[in-house]
Amino acid sequence: MKEIVRVASGQGFWGDSLEAPRQQVEGGEVDYLMLDYLAEVTMSILQKQRERDPSMGYARDFVGAIESVLPAITQRGVKVIANAGGVNPPACAAAIRGLDGSSGLRIAVVTGDDLLGRLDELIDHGHSLANMETGEPLASIRERVLSANAYIGSVPIVEGLEKGANVVITGRSTDTALTMAPLRHEFGWKENEWDKLAAGIIAGHIIECGAQCSGGNCLYDWQNIPNMANVGYPIAEANPDGSFVITKHPGTGGRINVPSVSEQLVYEMGDPHEYITPDVVADFTSIRLEQDGTDRVRVFGIKGRPATDKLKVSIAYRSGFKAVGTLVYSWPDAVEKAQAADRILRERLDRLGLRFDQILTELVGVSATHGVLAPVNAESVNEVQLRIGVRGENRRDVERFTREIAPLVLNGPPSVTGFAGGRPKVEEIVAYWPALIDKSVVTTRVEIV
Amino acid sequence: MKIRLVDVAHARSGDKGDTANVGLIALKPEWYPVLEKYVTRDAVAKHFEGAIDGPVTRYELPNLNALNFLLHGALDGGGTLSLKTDAQGKVFSTALLRMSIDVPDAEAEAAGLPRVK
Repeated sequence: MKEIVRVASGQGFWGDSLEAPRQQVEGGEVDYLMLDYLAEVTMSILQKQRERDPSMGYARDFVGAIESVLPAITQRGVKVIANAGGVNPPACAAAIRGLDGSSGLRIAVVTGDDLLGRLDELIDHGHSLANMETGEPLASIRERVLSANAYIGSVPIVEGLEKGANVVITGRSTDTALTMAPLRHEFGWKENEWDKLAAGIIAGHIIECGAQCSGGNCLYDWQNIPNMANVGYPIAEANPDGSFVITKHPGTGGRINVPSVSEQLVYEMGDPHEYITPDVVADFTSIRLEQDGTDRVRVFGIKGRPATDKLKVSIAYRSGFKAVGTLVYSWPDAVEKAQAADRILRERLDRLGLRFDQILTELVGVSATHGVLAPVNAESVNEVQLRIGVRGENRRDVERFTREIAPLVLNGPPSVTGFAGGRPKVEEIVAYWPALIDKSVVTTRVEIV
Repeated sequence: MKIRLVDVAHARSGDKGDTANVGLIALKPEWYPVLEKYVTRDAVAKHFEGAIDGPVTRYELPNLNALNFLLHGALDGGGTLSLKTDAQGKVFSTALLRMSIDVPDAEAEAAGLPRVK
């Protein structure tokens, strides 16, 4: 058994740095490259792509990422684990197979998380898939569902590694399982070693957002974080006992210290006592952090408890339309002019008889992000962006709204500019429906292709 | 003595549906007990009055010198539904840092808290 296993994070979301995967395998020693591509919204985008073209529905960036790290995989034995499969892991694997030089790859494909084709059968069998926040049964929006995927854990990824894969592609695997699975595989952690499994999950949570734990988006002493242009992505150096060090390659920028890791630990946190995953319930109040040299933070003491008998299901469904329009007003009286334009526009929408579920006005530069909490010194504002959004079930009404912004330039308050972007675009809303399902009805499969 | 959170803590925020979470972390471990005592659930709810629609929940993480606040009904429906610039609650962190707390002088001096500049 290895004494140290290094898992490097090379992608925090679909759209993250294209250079990071290669830099992670070339900058120093790593055993695994972990690439996280999926967010709640991503699955529905991928589902729309698959509807248009059955060979799509996965994170296309992954193909380029694999191409950039091929020599590391085939010559140095680095293994890659990614949830790039989206709603179509087999197509993702086929695309990788199509690369020149892919003959040295042994690709494991994990499927079984996709429940879209089984929804009616599941509902018929009494699985209501009720919304975790509102309690509403899925049946109330059934015909508007675009995608439905269970969050699956580390077990099928471990199985892929046991079958000798050097690339494991999953669909809606949890972000944290992508890091925990290789540790479980290498160290032989058993399914009831809760503390160790929880430690692997927390290592995953720290590195799953890429550079967000190594200096990126770090508020603590942000002005002095060095060389952000060449920010180093994080690496978890794990030990068999579940303790690990978060670090990055030498010579890279950014900073890893207790504050930077702490900021990432609290990111998107709910109840810290129970971070529920398919494999284990991790307790964030047990985590201990300690600086262990420059750009090294040791993490230890982590406790976990038995997993629940449910899996979370991420369901995406069509939920109306929205559009956002903006105009910029300048000094003098910039704020007053923007407010007047807002009143005039709302009155016109009203006269047109348009119906919306929501109309939201923000003054960017004044109060858009902190709202009523931000003090306003109106006289000192040189310019303000008026930003108005509408949301509604009726596409025509939202479309009509987009035609009411431009006229304000000539028939509204003065000193207005910033309309170069053209008419606002109507966007279909794909909303998110979180639900739970019994673990026993979700069966994952692992195939070597 | 009035203490501004921006002088004694750092923070990061994120989202879960229509709820924003703010993790508030003491800049020095010895300042954490002051945060735990004075940055109460009720004080934070009052601070965000008019900016969020739902209640506030607080969790303590003394191991990280941190408090975690859940601000419910903060994101105009959240995710893709939201019309807000900050639909995912990324900068609710700094909105919380705008808050001030009243700490008795002796206690503030004992903890070495910085005075408002």
